[in-house]
Amino acid sequence: MQIYLPIAEVSVNAFLLLGLGGMVGILSGMFGVGGGFLMTPLLFFIGIPPAVAVATEANQIVASSFSGVLAHFKRKTVDLRMGVVLLIGGLIGAALGVVLFNYLKAQGQVDLLVKLCYVVFLGVIGGLMFIESLNAIRKTAKGGAVPTRKKHNWIHKLPFKMRFRVSGLYISVIPPVLVGLCVGVLAAIMGVGGGFIMVPAMIYLLGMPTKVVVGTSLFQIIFVTAFTTMLHATTNFTVDVVLAVLLLVGGVVGAQVGTRIGVKMKAEQLRILLAIMVLLVCGKLAFDLLVMPSELFSIAAEGGH
Amino acid sequence: MRWLIALLLLAFPVAAEEVVLGLSQDEIAITTSFDGSEIFVFGAVKREAPIPEGELGVIVTIAGPSVPVTVRRKERRFGIWVNTDGVEIESAPSYYAVATSANLDEVLSVRENLRHKVSVPSMIQSVSAPNTVLDASAYVSALIRIRENSGNFQLLEGKVVVDDETLFRTRIRLPAALTEGAYETRIFLTRDGNIVSQYETAIDVRKVGLERWLHSLSRNQPVVYGLMSLAIAIFAGWSASAAFSLLRN
Repeated sequence: MQIYLPIAEVSVNAFLLLGLGGMVGILSGMFGVGGGFLMTPLLFFIGIPPAVAVATEANQIVASSFSGVLAHFKRKTVDLRMGVVLLIGGLIGAALGVVLFNYLKAQGQVDLLVKLCYVVFLGVIGGLMFIESLNAIRKTAKGGAVPTRKKHNWIHKLPFKMRFRVSGLYISVIPPVLVGLCVGVLAAIMGVGGGFIMVPAMIYLLGMPTKVVVGTSLFQIIFVTAFTTMLHATTNFTVDVVLAVLLLVGGVVGAQVGTRIGVKMKAEQLRILLAIMVLLVCGKLAFDLLVMPSELFSIAAEGGH
Repeated sequence: MRWLIALLLLAFPVAAEEVVLGLSQDEIAITTSFDGSEIFVFGAVKREAPIPEGELGVIVTIAGPSVPVTVRRKERRFGIWVNTDGVEIESAPSYYAVATSANLDEVLSVRENLRHKVSVPSMIQSVSAPNTVLDASAYVSALIRIRENSGNFQLLEGKVVVDDETLFRTRIRLPAALTEGAYETRIFLTRDGNIVSQYETAIDVRKVGLERWLHSLSRNQPVVYGLMSLAIAIFAGWSASAAFSLLRN
């Protein structure tokens, strides 16, 4: 069944979108990730204009993170104070990101920027995850101990210290604001929640306990992606609500299935699968940038979208 | 002398032959399930005198709204393909189809084509290239090539069927990716490449219903549209979570 998207102004198969939403939903349920970093490139591949894909995906992430954060609120695994500090950085970052996005759109370079960001981040994260989970599998096979984290580093010497009771931390607000800022920029440019960057940063850089990390990052992501959605909707007019709803429906159903599959699999196996998938998407995007395109010319409507 | 006759003929068109036209529809509604459309153009040649000398030709053109576009070219920089030079084209139709009863250069003279802008390249106007671009024409042919591949530009030679030099008909396909606006439709009747009669009308292409409402809301009241999108997302997220816990219990 073909459906005409009012903002993207393309006609796509509704079942394809439901299927994509479902597939990414299963993955996000299995691996506990937002899935934006997989969905946005998939939307590029099926011919949704990158500007629309990025803005619409931000809107979809609001839904999936809201659904996720409710569960964490019930379990009291959200550090609101840390969330607000991260959020302040995130909002500034999102505003900077949209300004950069619009500047490059005027230069005709926005597609390149978005795709380059994806290649770099997916490559780095996928590579690290792959190596790390390979090592973990090797270690559990040998029966080795889990490595312990260092508690004190240079981060504890910075000024403006603040107490975060839920996380049990007394640290400077500068690193969380900077982490939030980076994630905000990424959210605006790449149409991702940024959980895949923020979660490792919170654990390894800020030293937060793992059990509050996911809930707190979801809390921050809701507001940053909501803000990004509004900025894109008011400056670029690129949020396609019909596309968002179709992806949402598939995503919600997929997430339920995914969580059940995830329970039955080992953590290391899951992570290595996710790493392979991230590297595949990264490879496809890199390939398109490196290989001579069959059509060297492209058309952009002036002043349009 | 020939020029004088041609001028006289243009100044006082002798209505020996005239086009009478019918369209299968003069309005196209872009609905949620819109997946392109096909227009059936038919008509007749009305004449009060016997059939005149010369080869009869019928040309049907449909043109979507013209907008300025930028055509960009990719070049390899630091190993990857990057948009480098761009050429601005002041006016190019978003859609353009030409259907003819025989080859275009047989039914229309070069002079008439220049005057009435019938062929695809003649519809593209005012190309302004920066000094760094030496081959602006390559950009124009790229624009035509890309739009031909997407079905937005069509040259349908020999697709107009003419019966007994009187009745004619053709089908023209409109792709799914259509711009809104008035689609100017022209019918030319030619004898030996010269236009003897011409008829113009417009097909109205517009989004309707939900498509129209959402599109205009997103342009006219982006804040309301953005808040609505967020409200839908939050409601969907909440109901997913509620359904989740219901299923578990």
